[in-house]
Amino acid sequence: MNINLTLIGQTIMFAMFVLFCMKFVWPPLVEAMAARKKAIEDGLKAAELGKEEHALAQKNAEDLIESTKNQAAEIIANADKQANGMIDKAKGTASEEADKIKAHAKSELDQEVVKARNELKNQVSTLVMQGVNSVLEKEVDAKAHKDMLSKLSQSL
Amino acid sequence: MASGELTSGAYIKHHLQNLTYGKFPDGHWGFAESALEAKEMGFMAFHVDTLGFSFVLGALFLFFFARAAKRASIDAPSGFQNFVESIIDFIDDNVRGSFSGKNPMVAPLALTTFIWIILMNTMDLVPVDWLPSLAAAIGIDFLKVVPTTDPNATFGMSIGIFLLILYYSVKEKGLGGFVGELTLHPFGKWMLPFNFFLEGVNLLAKPVSLALRLFGNMYAGEMIFILIALLPFWIQWSLSLPWAIFHILIVLLQAFIFMTLVIVYMDMAHQKEH
Repeated sequence: MNINLTLIGQTIMFAMFVLFCMKFVWPPLVEAMAARKKAIEDGLKAAELGKEEHALAQKNAEDLIESTKNQAAEIIANADKQANGMIDKAKGTASEEADKIKAHAKSELDQEVVKARNELKNQVSTLVMQGVNSVLEKEVDAKAHKDMLSKLSQSL
Repeated sequence: MASGELTSGAYIKHHLQNLTYGKFPDGHWGFAESALEAKEMGFMAFHVDTLGFSFVLGALFLFFFARAAKRASIDAPSGFQNFVESIIDFIDDNVRGSFSGKNPMVAPLALTTFIWIILMNTMDLVPVDWLPSLAAAIGIDFLKVVPTTDPNATFGMSIGIFLLILYYSVKEKGLGGFVGELTLHPFGKWMLPFNFFLEGVNLLAKPVSLALRLFGNMYAGEMIFILIALLPFWIQWSLSLPWAIFHILIVLLQAFIFMTLVIVYMDMAHQKEH
């Protein structure tokens, strides 16, 4: 328990340790901790910002979806309308066409009838001529009675 | 454990004797062979064990902390770095709480005193006979393993602190300011000698109390370990275990008190208004 040179030795050692600590231990550790603190703070800030952006984006997306839905509904309504219009128009055209076809068919039919009748007339007159021929045998001059016959066939 | 030929008194004395290297009265230098020889050397002697243990412990502390500082990673701190950082945080909190000035030296000073004292005190928890017996086996007669039970170590630190107090008092307040603080308070200039006496005692009490508090606590703890070691070996654990557990508290508490007072004294040295 004697006080001796150890005292001075310990003081010098203490001073050296403190100086070393001050130079090589404390500053880098404190700097590293401060840097980490800053990194964490920045990260939290960025996360907050990201959250806000996300909320904004979601809101935008919802708006977009809403407007798109409206647009789609409009388009569908328009399409319906157009389709109905087309159907109506088609119906109109179709019935018109049908009428036309019907009229055409009718006129053709009429012509056929007239034609058939004419033919029939001719055939009847020929038939009559033959009958008359065979009844009268030579007494009838075809040329002489032709006028009369054609008059006859006309009246049929 | 005392061996057969030793008396209890001799055992205790032997345990309290430092390994001393110094100048004999006849002028040559060498290791003291007995307590008497060590005493005769007077001031011109070194306690090799105190210096050695405190140096090794301080160097270990600085080595590991400096390595952690060098490898300090911001993204992925290792386990030891986390440990070091929690200590740094603790010291930093204490310094911020008690020290109002601006001085980049105070926090490293507090860290060094705290860890160094903890390590030196912790040597007290090594069973008292292990290292001395080991030393005896290789021919070293005396070995005191706890540097803080040597007043040279504690006074060595407190003298360093005292010099810092003087240096920063003069630097921050100016020589006139410091002298004024010592002489013009608390009773005004007409009581100058009395003021100087009071403030002088106040100033000197700082290093003395720092050193003696630490030394006294550790010396008393060590003494109790030595006394317990005098008991029969099969019963020692029943006392040494509780005392060791309690001593852990003292180890940490004394280091913490020393550090806190260092911070407070440095703060007082930096305060301009009294």
